[in-house]
Amino acid sequence: MGDNFEPNIVGFLCNWCSYAGADLAGTSRLKYPASVKTIRVMCSSRVDPVFILKALKDGADGVLIAGCHPGDCHYQNGNYKANRRVKLLKKLLDELGLEPERIRFEYISASEGKEYAELVNEFTEGIRKLGPNPLK
Amino acid sequence: MAKKKKLQFALYWAASCGGCEIAVLDINEKILDVIQHADILFWPVAMDTKYSDVEAMKDESIDVCFFNGAIRNSENEYMAKLLRKKSKILIAFGSCAADGCIPGLANVSNREEAFKTIYLDNPSTDNPDRILPKTSMEVEEGELDLPEFYDTVKTLDQVVDVDYYIPGCPPPTKLISDAIDAIVEDKLPPKGSVLAPLKSVCDECPRERSEKKIKELKRVYEVDYIDPNTCLLEQGIICMGPATRGGCSAICLEANMPCTGCGGPTPNSLDQGAKMISALASVLGIENEENMSEEDIDKLIDQIKDPIGTFYKYTLPRSIINRRIMK
Ligand code: FES
Repeated sequence: MGDNFEPNIVGFLCNWCSYAGADLAGTSRLKYPASVKTIRVMCSSRVDPVFILKALKDGADGVLIAGCHPGDCHYQNGNYKANRRVKLLKKLLDELGLEPERIRFEYISASEGKEYAELVNEFTEGIRKLGPNPLK
Repeated sequence: MAKKKKLQFALYWAASCGGCEIAVLDINEKILDVIQHADILFWPVAMDTKYSDVEAMKDESIDVCFFNGAIRNSENEYMAKLLRKKSKILIAFGSCAADGCIPGLANVSNREEAFKTIYLDNPSTDNPDRILPKTSMEVEEGELDLPEFYDTVKTLDQVVDVDYYIPGCPPPTKLISDAIDAIVEDKLPPKGSVLAPLKSVCDECPRERSEKKIKELKRVYEVDYIDPNTCLLEQGIICMGPATRGGCSAICLEANMPCTGCGGPTPNSLDQGAKMISALASVLGIENEENMSEEDIDKLIDQIKDPIGTFYKYTLPRSIINRRIMK
């Protein structure tokens, strides 16, 4: 693979904020890598840890979960839960010998198209450095 | 009326501790029912039958084989395949066969590491010639062989087709007798079923529960007093009850100890550990969560010392990521 490695990332984006943020990044014609395969969910807390483990098991190089900012979750506290889940999963990944940096949770609002593009850029670069998912 | 033909049973152990064998005896007088309805053709722990006796049997001449133990080496795998061929019904009996269990925790390592620790590095090991197990060696009398030790521990259904599962470490006597009744009365559920209730351990637990909020996690030895009437999670003790299939009548909780998960995942759950991670993250640090900094949350999460040993104590080999990735 070497230099030709293009990270393959699964992105779970909350319908109410982050998905709209990603949309804005697109309509604003911001440039960012096409590495993220987006899955729209109704809330970041809809993302069961099983989804994340399964994505990794099936070869995703990284998994991005983005939700509303603190206080903005349409279901009150789903984003806090999602944040804690990802932190706990990172600990598990570390023990399993997978780099915890392959998964990431971020807050992205509907107006943060630029921030979303930057996030994808940065996350993709991070994964590129880590290299392909060893489970592939 | 013609006497009903007796059933033919076999019991076998692969990578296991022997506890499942004891559990069979723990059904007490029920064992008389078994003897009344069934002949036991093969049971290495109790009878002097040889593998060659099984090899000589006609295919499907065993009605039901209770197979306990995980698949850790080539002998285990050979016997799993042999008994599959000779049995009409193959039951993964106990957590090791069903989920991998404690032997399966060895999936955080591999053969090379395990041999190095056991045969070379152990402080009490005296092995100046650094001899490691080999699968065959020449001796005066001829060639001797040993089973091959695998890198990865597998569940029974990862090497052969399994008809039923009886969970538990070891299976609770109630589940064993219910299974025997179902076999004798010809009332087994559809193939692939787990012969246990569809409930979680929490559903069977008599402790009082209120809204779960956990501020701090503690290990059992760090607690001076464990309230025997209140949910352990609410007392900050990790209890696998929410993610674990019941059928055990919550006996560990009865003894004021947390569930560690031996019943395996709840029905329809793909991954017991993931389910517990989800459940725990939902209630840990929930109080005042909007004012917690990332560092506060990290500190809370850091109280969990060993996620695999805590959430996957019995199910690592059957979970989505079933072993540590070795560099
Ligand atoms: S609705 Fe957006 S994170 Fe819950």
